[in-house]
Amino acid sequence: MAEAVDYKAIGTSPVRPDGVDKVTGRAQYGADLNLPGQIYGKVLRSPHAHARILKIDTSRALALPGVYGVITGQDFPEAEGGEIGGEGGGDVSDLAKNIMARDKVLYHGHAVAAVAAKSLSVAQAALDAISVEYEVLAPVLDLESAMAPGATLIDPSCFTKNLPEKPTAPSNIAAVMKLGRGNVEEGFAQADVIVEGEYRIPMAHQGYIEPHACIASCNEQGQATVWCCTQGHFEFRAMTAKVLRMHIADLKFIASEIGGGFGGKTVIYLEPLAVMLSRKSRRPVKMAMTREEVFRATGPTSGTLARIRVGARKDGTLTAATAWLAYEAGAYAGAPMGPGAMTVFAPYILPNFAVEAFDVLLNKPKVAAYRAPGAPQSMYAMECAMDELAERLGMDPIDLRLKNAAEEGTQAPYGPKFPAIGLKACLNAAKAHPNYTRPLPAGAGRGMAVGFWFNVGMQSSAEVHINEDGTVTIVEGSPDIGGSRASMALMASETLGIPYERIKVIIGDTESAGFSNVTGGSRTTFATGMAVIRACEDIIAQCKSRAASTWGIDADQVDWRDGAAIPAPGVNAALKPLALADIAAGAPKTGGPLLGRASLNAQGAGAGFSVNLADIRVDPETGKVDVLSFTAIQDAGKAIHPAYVEGQMQGGAVQGLGWALNEEYIYDANGVMQNAGFLDYRMPVASDLPMIDTVIVEVPNPTHPYGVRGVGETPIVAPLATAANAVSRATGVRMRDLPLSPPRVLEALEAAGR
Amino acid sequence: MDKIQIGTSINGEAVEFLCEPQQSLLEVLRDTLGRTGTKEGCSTGDCGACSVLMDGRLVCACLVLAAEAGGHEITTIEGLATDAGLHPIQQKFLEHAALQCGICTPGLIVATKALLDRHPDPDETTIRYWLAGNLCRCTGYDKIIRAVQDAARSLAHPA
Repeated sequence: MAEAVDYKAIGTSPVRPDGVDKVTGRAQYGADLNLPGQIYGKVLRSPHAHARILKIDTSRALALPGVYGVITGQDFPEAEGGEIGGEGGGDVSDLAKNIMARDKVLYHGHAVAAVAAKSLSVAQAALDAISVEYEVLAPVLDLESAMAPGATLIDPSCFTKNLPEKPTAPSNIAAVMKLGRGNVEEGFAQADVIVEGEYRIPMAHQGYIEPHACIASCNEQGQATVWCCTQGHFEFRAMTAKVLRMHIADLKFIASEIGGGFGGKTVIYLEPLAVMLSRKSRRPVKMAMTREEVFRATGPTSGTLARIRVGARKDGTLTAATAWLAYEAGAYAGAPMGPGAMTVFAPYILPNFAVEAFDVLLNKPKVAAYRAPGAPQSMYAMECAMDELAERLGMDPIDLRLKNAAEEGTQAPYGPKFPAIGLKACLNAAKAHPNYTRPLPAGAGRGMAVGFWFNVGMQSSAEVHINEDGTVTIVEGSPDIGGSRASMALMASETLGIPYERIKVIIGDTESAGFSNVTGGSRTTFATGMAVIRACEDIIAQCKSRAASTWGIDADQVDWRDGAAIPAPGVNAALKPLALADIAAGAPKTGGPLLGRASLNAQGAGAGFSVNLADIRVDPETGKVDVLSFTAIQDAGKAIHPAYVEGQMQGGAVQGLGWALNEEYIYDANGVMQNAGFLDYRMPVASDLPMIDTVIVEVPNPTHPYGVRGVGETPIVAPLATAANAVSRATGVRMRDLPLSPPRVLEALEAAGR
Repeated sequence: MDKIQIGTSINGEAVEFLCEPQQSLLEVLRDTLGRTGTKEGCSTGDCGACSVLMDGRLVCACLVLAAEAGGHEITTIEGLATDAGLHPIQQKFLEHAALQCGICTPGLIVATKALLDRHPDPDETTIRYWLAGNLCRCTGYDKIIRAVQDAARSLAHPA
């Protein structure tokens, strides 16, 4: 277990190794690579939310000069059955149909054909020349209609999973999940106060600034190389191989720099199309989405309907709670209802609870992961209910949480007992923070809420190469989305005992790095970091043995300190230390190149808790809200690069605020998204915000050599309820439906007679 | 389609190119001239990832027709560093960890240059409104604002 020790490298915030290329425009992102002889691919998308495809005629497009290939759903091989695991995974045949529709289109923007042409303008002309006959069907656009008996079916072969008995009729409810403990009735009977509410959280997009892009080049043997922006090039390779029925070894994926993902770039959309078009045209094919395509046709996160009931004794002790959670899956099953159900009550000791969650199909894009998928929605509802409970009990909302807070040994609602966790430490830090105690600005309300995410481990590989001069090249397979090269180099620097500046970190492609799962689940610094540390330890062991043979002593008589082999205490003290550079220089004579390796399936990702505070002012005339201050407090286990940990907390806070205050998918009655652009899907801009204050709490994760917990996802969970609780307290009216955009706030105020 | 011949200056160098009449400056910079430091996030003028300077004025390259660049001086992210090294704005973005994924960074740095060229000592509100046309989804803007404040100090008092 990591103790409070004096680290040399860890806990400092040096400039990231890839920084210069990113501030000068040199770094190559998904759409920045061009290949000699490349042509351009574009996708024809459905103008209808729900329709049967009767006929596609591509002959006029193919006849255009400069068009090299056209594909439709008919060109795809029959999909294999089975599932692909991990974030972004799911049913293979659904994945294939989401990439290109076969007999039905299920959302506005669903791909129906793709072309490759000599220029973008010819490609566009080719799309215009394709004619598609549709039989338009009624769209299903909200959870209540989708779940109602007799609803129009999105997929007539969909029978609800996980029911005690196999249902006899198909349904838009793809799956249900139940979770519970104790006796809820008895629990509520013991309660002095019960609060109950229904909450709506809109469908929202990850909003990464870089649209999806790739280039594929296929040779005459059918082997293909694909360059793309991805959170996980190994998973992209596996998904593409499954969809196209190729051997994994015939596909090489190279991850470009990635311009944001937040979970949204764990799924393939363009890559198999580019491979197929390249195969047809025998040329490299470049494809990039427009922003409109990103909104309409990539996976946002679920809109959610949540009903919460929670009871407590007069002293604040929780006695029982129930949650009913319906998540929009979009066109294919796979909403994050599982994690939503498992996180909703995770912060609290609850003797009696019951959770029921639903994965619901409707005519919207298939959802993808978005930062702590499922948790912001369910925990928003619970944390609002807790705030209401605190008001009803006349208790400080932090005290109410402290009274019921989970700690080491508490059995989590989803099963295991928590090891050391930082919830209470975060709550105490919040209570002591000057932003919690200073006078409230006029017209403002102060809100707080708790956030939680499990974090994951999963598989990672790393190689550590010691160069001839003692500098170090690390090859790993986790795309760097927010500064992870810096944290890898810091952990290697600490472990090896050499300066950070001598270490270079490379994200290898699928043929030059060992397998690694996606950069997702807040796992990279934790799990890939663990692989890097183990690979460095492998190097140290080899160096000790090289030094031992040089000195003619046993390897166990050699220690490693400050980047050098030294004789152990009591051994020949006259021996001069052999620094890493000395051992590297002598390597040809002591056994050859120094190469350290590790691969693992990391277990014991420490759960991440957070507490957020906000002061928000509401203009009663217009309903506009202003965030006056925001404080993010989070347990990082151990912050390897504190500036980038703060960056995760601040960025997640603002994404959560955007979701709470402005962002939502708006559809018309035909299922056409009305705001598929950054002007109308309004994400927070600099002038909307104050500085985001941060407090990093460090309760070490006992399973990581340096105590690391993932920090990437937890930050987006608490801001939703923090904002709503602040607005509710500012106005005296309970806000339940997000986003708290000016019209909705005004409506709520008017409904309450304010 | 007939192409138009355009003569312009990019980062102080005379550049000639051929373009279609409907092509944007962004498309020509990235695809025709291979200057991919200027990024594409939306092509509707909403995200600022393609911010460049045209005769010193901040514009979205996606909203300027390539043909309109004729006879004007264009400055892109590739034109900021010099033989002496990084521009102080670039240096401060690095030191303050003001980038995570980095896709918005070239645009934000160019927008910051436009700001500091006009307002060498901006207050926080001025910075926030000047950069309101540049979306960043990773940072929450906090460290960007601090980097800009520090860059202003550093430009006013070179070490």
